[in-house]
Amino acid sequence: MKLELRGISKAFGSFYANKNIDLMVDDAQIHCLLGENGAGKSTLMNVLYGLYQPTEGEILLDGNPVEFSGPGDAMAAGIGMVHQHFMLVPVFTVAENIALGAETTKAGGMLDLQVTRKKIREISDRYGFDVDPDAVVEDLPVGVQQRVEIIKALVREAKILILDEPTAVLTPQETDELLEIMRQLKANGTSIVFISHKLREVRAVSDVITVIRRGEVIDSVSPESSTTELANLMVGRAVELNLNKAAATPGEAVLQVKDLSVVNPAGTTTLDSVTFDIHEGEILAVAGVQGNGQTELTEAILGTQPVTGGSVKLAGQELVGKSVKQVLRSGVGFVPEDRSVHGLVTEFSIEENLVLDLYDRAPFGKGISMNLDAIKKNATTQIKDFDVRTDNPLNPASSLSGGNQQKVVMARELSRDLKLFIASQPTRGVDVGSIEFLHRRIVAERDKGTPVMIVSTELDEVMELADRIAVLYKGKINGIVPGNTSREVLGLMMAGVSAEEAAEQAEFTKSNNEPVEAAPAGERSENQEGEDQ
Amino acid sequence: MTSSTLQPAISVLPSKKTPIILSVIAVIVFLCFGLLGNSESAHFQLNSAGDAFTLPELVFPGKASNIVIGVLLLGIAAYSWMLRAKGQLMATWIVAIAAILFVLSFLIWVVSGADISTISLASLLAGAVVLAVPLVFGSLSGVLCERAGVVNIAIEGQLLGGAFTAALVSSLTKNAFLGLIAAGIAGALVSLVLALFSIKYVVNQIIVGVVLNVLVSGITGFLFTTVMQQDPELYNSPVHLPVIDIPLLSAIPVIGPILFKQSVIGYLMYLAVFIVWFGLFKTKWGLRVRAVGEHPKAADTLGIKVNRTRFFNVTLGGIVAGIGGSFFTLVAIDSFTKEISGGRGFIALAAVIFGRWNPIGAFLAALLFGFADNLQVILTIIGTPVPSQFMAMMPYLVTIFAVAGLVGRSRGPAAAGEPYVKE
Repeated sequence: MKLELRGISKAFGSFYANKNIDLMVDDAQIHCLLGENGAGKSTLMNVLYGLYQPTEGEILLDGNPVEFSGPGDAMAAGIGMVHQHFMLVPVFTVAENIALGAETTKAGGMLDLQVTRKKIREISDRYGFDVDPDAVVEDLPVGVQQRVEIIKALVREAKILILDEPTAVLTPQETDELLEIMRQLKANGTSIVFISHKLREVRAVSDVITVIRRGEVIDSVSPESSTTELANLMVGRAVELNLNKAAATPGEAVLQVKDLSVVNPAGTTTLDSVTFDIHEGEILAVAGVQGNGQTELTEAILGTQPVTGGSVKLAGQELVGKSVKQVLRSGVGFVPEDRSVHGLVTEFSIEENLVLDLYDRAPFGKGISMNLDAIKKNATTQIKDFDVRTDNPLNPASSLSGGNQQKVVMARELSRDLKLFIASQPTRGVDVGSIEFLHRRIVAERDKGTPVMIVSTELDEVMELADRIAVLYKGKINGIVPGNTSREVLGLMMAGVSAEEAAEQAEFTKSNNEPVEAAPAGERSENQEGEDQ
Repeated sequence: MTSSTLQPAISVLPSKKTPIILSVIAVIVFLCFGLLGNSESAHFQLNSAGDAFTLPELVFPGKASNIVIGVLLLGIAAYSWMLRAKGQLMATWIVAIAAILFVLSFLIWVVSGADISTISLASLLAGAVVLAVPLVFGSLSGVLCERAGVVNIAIEGQLLGGAFTAALVSSLTKNAFLGLIAAGIAGALVSLVLALFSIKYVVNQIIVGVVLNVLVSGITGFLFTTVMQQDPELYNSPVHLPVIDIPLLSAIPVIGPILFKQSVIGYLMYLAVFIVWFGLFKTKWGLRVRAVGEHPKAADTLGIKVNRTRFFNVTLGGIVAGIGGSFFTLVAIDSFTKEISGGRGFIALAAVIFGRWNPIGAFLAALLFGFADNLQVILTIIGTPVPSQFMAMMPYLVTIFAVAGLVGRSRGPAAAGEPYVKE
């Protein structure tokens, strides 16, 4: 089916999320909408899916203007959507979720799930999905849940499928499988609108790429465009991805982690005898595919994760067994991986969030009282210093964008005198401008002589910041390599290949002049991924 | 992103709660009811007037039976400790047997020590069902609302409103069935206020519910003193619903009176439990309702009208609870008095949770509470060693233990209590 959007605008109050957007999706075409977080891609798709009413403009299907008063209308017209946050009822089975809203019934309104089960099996077989109709959705891995969403659209005979940031929640392997599914769907005549900000995937499957920035269409380009070109279009200026940091001048080894192990409540060893040091004035980046022990490592050092063995010494002082407060007091700055859950109290004001772990110490607190003037003064300084975009420090932290929230967390943690700075996923879901800023701050902290530990699943970020790189694989350190190690070697190490072998293999492929596509674990997106808008 | 979250340190072994509770009740039974118990016998009659045939009376020697039950319970407790050491959980049916043994032992102990050491098991059970009727209707109302995502604290108000309206209309028209219908309408009106404020105006559902309870209590109390008491003959002498006796079947001992000798409302109760269960779990309507209560946004993206579904269900719940309320004035009690529902709406709310938001579970939970309530009445009459004030606490103690102790962490509809506002 051919889809055309003509001059679509969507305003929320005086703010235009979409402005005069024209878009043309051909029959059996994969059309990518590329743009940063908050560029207006999701809003546009919600307009198309009938969840929002456009302020101006019209939608045409096969040349006929249509109007959707709700998702029901859009579905009836042949449009299906896989939302970024899945629209599945967790406690329902796959069949119940798929039947919902389009149930087949027997006499007396009785549900007939047999028909649905049969349809699920048919589609499942056709695309090799391997989905059990009677499995309960909450027990399924994210990748499978996404397939359930796709089946949901296909059962409703969607001719146009909208995929909203479908790869944000997937592992690299699952991503590759999804791209394959998209190609199959296309071969069967389905048009796909693919929303993403990850350049590698976009270039791999798209027929046409339309770049959106600040709610407006910037350009439509072919997938042959280079990543730099695409990145520049997306951000709107020449992207300076190179930090050009000075070489490190490491001093003594201040943090010494020895044989640190963590066993989770289910009895699985999630961190297995991890040993490393970090020197003064050095950034150690911990690389690895999500879920290989990164969370456990940072939390074990902070003290929120019970440790089953090993020691963590900071300047000769043992941290294992101390309370979190004692660990923080001994000079550890910590940026957690999920800022909105563990980094901030989002209902509290920015001012309060800036002293969350300092409120009871001079100058902010004394005895049972807090010095509100000092807290206000601190907020003013920090907001200016870290360029937090807000008009009032009393606004709740939830009113800030992802990048600005992260600046608040970073500002708070860096406002103390630190002996160690740990940042987990410091720029996840942060816009490119803020990424640069945050990276420079991290390097500045290193240059003050603080040992810094960065945990990131983004290989680009690791390579950007690291003086040394430790690769975690299945809870073990698979090798510690210099910061200038090549992407290919790191990718192989993240998949479990030892450092020496990885170097050899990479050398071999290079001499054969082939691009390395074999590193399945290597995250190679050119930009940061975002989960929230 | 499927990032792991900060996990608290939890022990790998299952919780000690079940073995501890079992051990405590085993020791109580063995020592207090058994060794220190009364050596008189407890007599339980199984027959009531009009039965087709006679069953023998059950006789338990107090001390001896309780020592035996105590030993059995100690065995079960030991078994549960053993299972826990192996990291296994005990089967629910064993826990249920232990609970039944405990109740039996308690009955034997109380009855054998009472002034009249005979009680009628048949009337104990029949009375339990009678007392459970308003609870069942109230809890069905709760299930209907909460499954659609609206917390209904106003059950008490719906019951009371139903009871008052039924009494008034039945007195004025001299027609009990009109009273029944009017009660349903009254319950629906209370619900409409709840729906309007909590769904349309997004006011906190708990607060609206509590306020509604106070409001209905105030209005009915005011009308009772200003209108009903001026001329009780005219306004407060409701015609009662007839008890329909199904011949032959109602003469079966014990279960006959429970199943086949009920008022219209009693029969309606059995029907309502089945219909609500069937509707919620077997039909298209039920699937949609549950989706709205679990993940309203998902339902919306599939073209289901979330707030319309909620409005409908809350109103339906009101009708059901209103009919339940009419049981007070059309069947159980001669006339309306202030606060006639006496907090049963809240017990019904507990039954919703204890029954895990399932109509049949809620029905069984309501029966349990009705049983505790009736036992308390009967034991007070036969004169037990336990002071009657303590007995009066029993239904509420059972409620607290049932909801807090035995249910553990039960999971209700995910979106219950959360208004759905489209962006």
